[in-house]
Amino acid sequence: MSPRDVVITGMGIVSSLGEGADAHWQALTAKAPSPVLDRERFAPYSIHPLPEIDWGQQIPRRGDQRQMETWQRLGTYAAGLALDDAGMKDDEALCATMDMVVAAGGGERDETVDEAILAASLERDDHDILLNEKLTTELRPTLFLAQLSNLLAGNISIVHKVTGSSRTFMGEEGAGVSAIETAAARIRSGQSSHVLVGASFQTEHSDMLLAYELAGFLHREDWKPVWQRSEAEGGGVVTGSGAAFLILESREHAEKRGRKAYASIGPVVSRRTRRKSEPLGDGIAEMLDHLSLPKTPVLALSGASGAHAATAAEREALARHDNIALRGFSSLTGHMKEAQFPFAVALAALAVHHGSPYPAFDSASEAAFDASPDAVLATAIGYHCYEGMGLVKRA
Amino acid sequence: MKTTDSFGRPVIAVTGMGVVTSLGQGRQENWDALISGRSGIHPITRFPTDHLATTISGMVDFLPSSTRGASVHTHHLADLVAAEAIEQSGLPASDFGGPLFLAAPPVELDWHHRLALYAKARSHNGNPSLIEAAREARAMELFEESQFGTIADRLAERYGTRGLPITMSTACASGATAIQLGTEAIRRGECDRALAIGADGSATAEALIRFSLLSALTTQNDAPEKASRPFSKDRSGFVLAEGAGALVLESLESALARGAEILGIMRGCGEKADDFHRTRSKPDGSPAIGAVRAALADAGMAEDEIEYVNAHGTSTPENDKMEHLSLSTVFGERMKTTPISSNKSMIGHTLSAAGAIEAVFSLMTMREGIIPPTINYDTPDPAIELDVVPNVKREAQVSTVLSNSFGFGGQNTCLVMAREPV
Repeated sequence: MSPRDVVITGMGIVSSLGEGADAHWQALTAKAPSPVLDRERFAPYSIHPLPEIDWGQQIPRRGDQRQMETWQRLGTYAAGLALDDAGMKDDEALCATMDMVVAAGGGERDETVDEAILAASLERDDHDILLNEKLTTELRPTLFLAQLSNLLAGNISIVHKVTGSSRTFMGEEGAGVSAIETAAARIRSGQSSHVLVGASFQTEHSDMLLAYELAGFLHREDWKPVWQRSEAEGGGVVTGSGAAFLILESREHAEKRGRKAYASIGPVVSRRTRRKSEPLGDGIAEMLDHLSLPKTPVLALSGASGAHAATAAEREALARHDNIALRGFSSLTGHMKEAQFPFAVALAALAVHHGSPYPAFDSASEAAFDASPDAVLATAIGYHCYEGMGLVKRA
Repeated sequence: MKTTDSFGRPVIAVTGMGVVTSLGQGRQENWDALISGRSGIHPITRFPTDHLATTISGMVDFLPSSTRGASVHTHHLADLVAAEAIEQSGLPASDFGGPLFLAAPPVELDWHHRLALYAKARSHNGNPSLIEAAREARAMELFEESQFGTIADRLAERYGTRGLPITMSTACASGATAIQLGTEAIRRGECDRALAIGADGSATAEALIRFSLLSALTTQNDAPEKASRPFSKDRSGFVLAEGAGALVLESLESALARGAEILGIMRGCGEKADDFHRTRSKPDGSPAIGAVRAALADAGMAEDEIEYVNAHGTSTPENDKMEHLSLSTVFGERMKTTPISSNKSMIGHTLSAAGAIEAVFSLMTMREGIIPPTINYDTPDPAIELDVVPNVKREAQVSTVLSNSFGFGGQNTCLVMAREPV
């Protein structure tokens, strides 16, 4: 134990399963956890939609809500939940000295304007002029701010007054991994005492699906658990809207303000496996070696996306250790891109906190686990590139 | 030589620099243009400007990638500066051996690709048809262009940087934040060196229109080279521009051990987020003031030790006013006589790249003993009493520089650099 251990003292998580740590714990430890799906809106793709959210609970000013697209509102909302949960909400001094690392992609484009341009492009050849004409007259001026990657962090600063520092990492799952890894490293080295870290992803938008489907990554049959999609039509990924924000603190900082922690974050490792030239499974296995896993049974909250190659490689690499029991949470939440790793860490922390495991989310593929989980593995293996994992332990 | 600072942390040296802007490719070409007060701002030729209020920019138009979309162009710009910086550092060209921090613009599927896919779609029912067409085209190149992690992935592969590269954005402060992240990683003892790059080749028609709709851009199209006029009374917005800058950051100890030339010292970094508004800063300037003070504190320096300020100086009414307010609050009366100049008067606002490019120019200012001017300073703003090094370069021994970067979303990041280790 060290005063600079990294402990998790707050979490704000949202997915199709509900909002908050308790709702997720209840939903995921139910006898037969079942997914919430919308099969119609984006057919042939199913998605896990957002639950109904009363935005005003965390974003009181309607003006602020209007300035954001859903992705930003969702992240700002989840960040508020995390601050509340950590007992830091509205504590000006704590928020003004709080560092922030957000993992983000891009925001939502205006689908109506885009579709008008697509339609008009079939009628004329002067596409560049068409773009100028439509974009100058039809784009909402402030939409740009609702799209810029760093404006999720910007909105968190405005709404929750978190202003110590603000960095936005971009780039799919890897950004989420780096965000947690960097936040933890800052605390361990004394560069930060408390950090808000997390991400949000809103999939209910054509562009978000388009980005995956440019490489055919989306699953196109009816829902199946992530481990069972390899033979199905499509690329295996079912996306979900969701967010995960965590408050990380040094042990010393948390103890001084008398806060109990859910769990601590042990080692976090990240990697850029050259997937074209080296087996991804070997890269993942090497990361596991760096974590020095206990010999006792280990529960693994896997962020496996369902993407065929990456998911098979992860399963194979983790199976090299006969004490790891997988829990592929994306079967139930969908793939939340930048939020995958923060979400995995949050769920891992919940299991440690409750001292009890999650049941198999897919009993055909996931082994039973009945010990009390002292150390839980959290993984996020990118559907296309970048990998990360970390060990979440008792605080 | 002492290799730790007053806080006991490793001193961070700069051992390699690379730069490309509308003024040219490479340190020498840029420096020559910069000290002769030449502007790189020119009429837009990359796309038609019909219906656009602004028809000028500081785009980098002389590269083969210039017309190939934001992602390809940004990658090319980043690649050029990485190569130049690593070469100068004397480190192995394909085995850099430290982490990569890349400041880059957010990416999206380019409109040209979007429309080309749609033209080939089986049906034409808007976005669902576009997604179907994308699926059937299986264009991996387009997929990779629209992934945020791709550029860094390719750079990591080519230059042999270590680990998972970080791509980041703090809007117009991004380049400075990349340097800050590299500095912090070395201070944590995670690595001996880091490659920090800021690159931005995202000046598409849509990007221009987006900034234009926010009334951020000048519309002084008639004399492009005169359009960017930071701190002048008649400044009217920034000029959208492209470019890239790269620094090889290295612990002084490691740099000395391998006999590398020390180009300068990254003394400190500071930041403070603004919670006031998405595009405007808090009226009292406290976040920018906080960022400047945090950078000084991190550098272990007092206010009177700063000899030159490399301004954010965007040429928007708001920024230049607020930057003056912040600096005069921190430095007091002394600010009236401390030279400050804006490279953006010549290269425009290179957005994600600005902080990195301007760090390169700050370091060159100290090495060369010449302060690049703020050009187009014909009508001083009486409310902004600053020595902006108007219009002509100035020879001066500069041993410390403060470089400011402020961005949308309340991002404020400042760097303090020095010529020599303490």
